[in-house]
Amino acid sequence: MRCDETEVMLHALIDGELDAGHARDVEAHVASCAGCGEKLAAFRTMHDVMSAAPLKETAPAHLRNRIEALMATPASRVVSIRQFMKPTRRSFFGGFAMGSALSAAVAASLVLTVIRKDQEQTIAEEVVSAHIRSLQAGHLMDVETSDRHTVKPWFNGRVDVAPPVVDLTAESFTLLGGRLDYIDSEPVAAIVYQRRKHLINLFVARHLGSKRGRALSETIQGYNCRHWSQDGFDLWAVSDLVGDELDEFVQKIAGGLRQSSRAS
Amino acid sequence: MADDAVAEQERMRTFQAAALPHLDDVYTLARYLMRNTQDAEDAVQECYLRALRHFDSYRGPAMKPWLLAILRNVCNAEFARRSKEEVPTDYTQDESLAEEMPMWQEPQASPEKMMVRQQDTATIRRLVAELPEPFREAIVLREMNNLSYQEIAQVAGVPVGTVMSRLARARAMLRAAWNAAETVTTRPGPAVASGTAS
Repeated sequence: MRCDETEVMLHALIDGELDAGHARDVEAHVASCAGCGEKLAAFRTMHDVMSAAPLKETAPAHLRNRIEALMATPASRVVSIRQFMKPTRRSFFGGFAMGSALSAAVAASLVLTVIRKDQEQTIAEEVVSAHIRSLQAGHLMDVETSDRHTVKPWFNGRVDVAPPVVDLTAESFTLLGGRLDYIDSEPVAAIVYQRRKHLINLFVARHLGSKRGRALSETIQGYNCRHWSQDGFDLWAVSDLVGDELDEFVQKIAGGLRQSSRAS
Repeated sequence: MADDAVAEQERMRTFQAAALPHLDDVYTLARYLMRNTQDAEDAVQECYLRALRHFDSYRGPAMKPWLLAILRNVCNAEFARRSKEEVPTDYTQDESLAEEMPMWQEPQASPEKMMVRQQDTATIRRLVAELPEPFREAIVLREMNNLSYQEIAQVAGVPVGTVMSRLARARAMLRAAWNAAETVTTRPGPAVASGTAS
């Protein structure tokens, strides 16, 4: 075995990637060649030092939280479709350059994009999924209080809006608390109300739906769903309440919002 | 419908159990590929998003290299986009550092150059970060992510032979920079020769 052949093999030896036969060959050469012997010793030391040093980084806690919240979001296929459209830096993380193993899957999802229902519908389905998910034990609230002055500040720094929190106790909609949710990969404030045994999720974000201003009212998977825009917010109310009562809820929230925006 | 929700929950739990333990590995590679914390975090998030989306088509063999391959694609897509725009200043600096590397890599015959001295963790990180691609990626995947050659080949999308030659070159460059760094830190004067026996 020649020195130039050994050069690359030294590393494979250090990394434990050589079979017994090749390992013997390299070791035999190294034993009889001072130059290669020193190289092996030097590289092995470097490898050992690197192995012993705590080189692996630890993901910061807020990133871990973000990822965990992401995993609590269903139907993620929906998520990046909007990212393809959005001309932000992030959108290109959702770009087209994918490895060969994934390109087929991406091609499939692109077809999906083309034949997809309109975005409003997509978001509506995701909002309903978020509502259903919130009904699972322990998922409903991050901050649990009937005091709107506790709920509102809780969202500071968690979402990019200061969501309106309206007290509707007098109208027999009880404020239960708030939660951080992810819809369309964006953090969204979810404010939870209750009437009798029925929970209502009010999702608030700056943009959550494409056709601003156009109110939407529909039933998805048996849940009633209302969408409207007001004061620069996109609001979605989802509940298993009957339609009339959810409409009442929406009117009360909208009324309370108008009042608070006038007051400020 | 309720069955769908339950199935979705189950799928999410499976994904979480499989993918979340590798978060530190993914983040580590992201830090070295993206070079700054914010970009690294964005890339990691996008990586997990994509992984989640493609989890149904995931057939193994191992979760860690699969995730790292996705991360690598995310980063490369971002770099491809940036290269179409203006070149950020820190990037230019990185390029010039990369160009300096071959000078440190000149073959050194003196025996003391063969030795490798102790370096602290911060210095090692910096030296690795200064390696040019694709050698930086190869060394990070091997020494920090602890992947086998076969797995590195999968992540980087090249034959194992290429992995071996990249690693050999990466370590040669790293060792030269390593010894040069020792000289700089212990003897700051630019005129001092590095050949002095210690």
